[in-house]
Amino acid sequence: MKAKIYIKYKEGILDPQGTVTNKALKSIDIKGIESIGIGKYIEMEFDKNISKDDAKKIAEESCKKMLANPNTETYSYIIED
Amino acid sequence: MKFAVIVFPGSNCDYDAYYALKNIGFDVEFVWHRNTSSLSNFDGIFIPGGFSYGDYLRTGAIAKFSPVMKSIKEESKKGKIIIGVCNGFQILVESELLPGSLINNKNIKFLSKQVKLRVKTFNSIFTKSIEKEYLKMPIAHKQGNFIADSDTLQTLKDNDQILFEYDINPNGSMLNIAGITNKKRNILGMMPHPERASNSLLGSEDGKYIFESLIKNYV
Repeated sequence: MKAKIYIKYKEGILDPQGTVTNKALKSIDIKGIESIGIGKYIEMEFDKNISKDDAKKIAEESCKKMLANPNTETYSYIIED
Repeated sequence: MKFAVIVFPGSNCDYDAYYALKNIGFDVEFVWHRNTSSLSNFDGIFIPGGFSYGDYLRTGAIAKFSPVMKSIKEESKKGKIIIGVCNGFQILVESELLPGSLINNKNIKFLSKQVKLRVKTFNSIFTKSIEKEYLKMPIAHKQGNFIADSDTLQTLKDNDQILFEYDINPNGSMLNIAGITNKKRNILGMMPHPERASNSLLGSEDGKYIFESLIKNYV
């Protein structure tokens, strides 16, 4: 079982990487993109005996305590078999 | 007055800090980040700049769980002097010993240059005896853009917690913030490097005034 964890900047937090990448895509003539936000993607593989409920708890605790900064980032995750 | 300079894997201003503090007249000892014993025998704690844990995940995000941080938090509650410079400042905000966050510079560049700082308040042990309004010292960071919500910014202003501001904002920091203190005024976090500006051979001695102020006013 694994967790796919997505971390992104909260709205209003400056994301210069996203802004610059968006500009760069425009410069190579890719059109139709309003904005780009660049965050982090983390894959977390669990021990074999971990239940889905426990996996959720572990992912939640990890995000809360370390993986995301509550001041600047939000997180979400999907647990997959 | 005896200072501990904390060393993390990836710290790279630890010797600069040691040298600068020693030259002013402090006793200084390095303390490895895995240290679990109390830091109560030190009068001050210096968290130096560098790239603790390679800046993995976020600057300071892993260092804040190093065993030594437990003792630093205990000492901070007692009102002990704590200085975090650059990565040290990032570790202090991650640990919530200081408010706010430090995110990517507005222009995403790693900035390494001399900057001019304004001493915003002389109402702190770190600035009390500084005799100049403007100080010159280097910055060297990519994540030095200080941000906080409006309530936090208002509190910082109301409590006179902003100690240093940039004359010309290099990184996008809100309110031009270069250095702040906590409500109790025993902790200093700043992005510019006073320890690298403590000898005229290095282009500026202005950083020394902060340490001199500390040694003069420490009771």
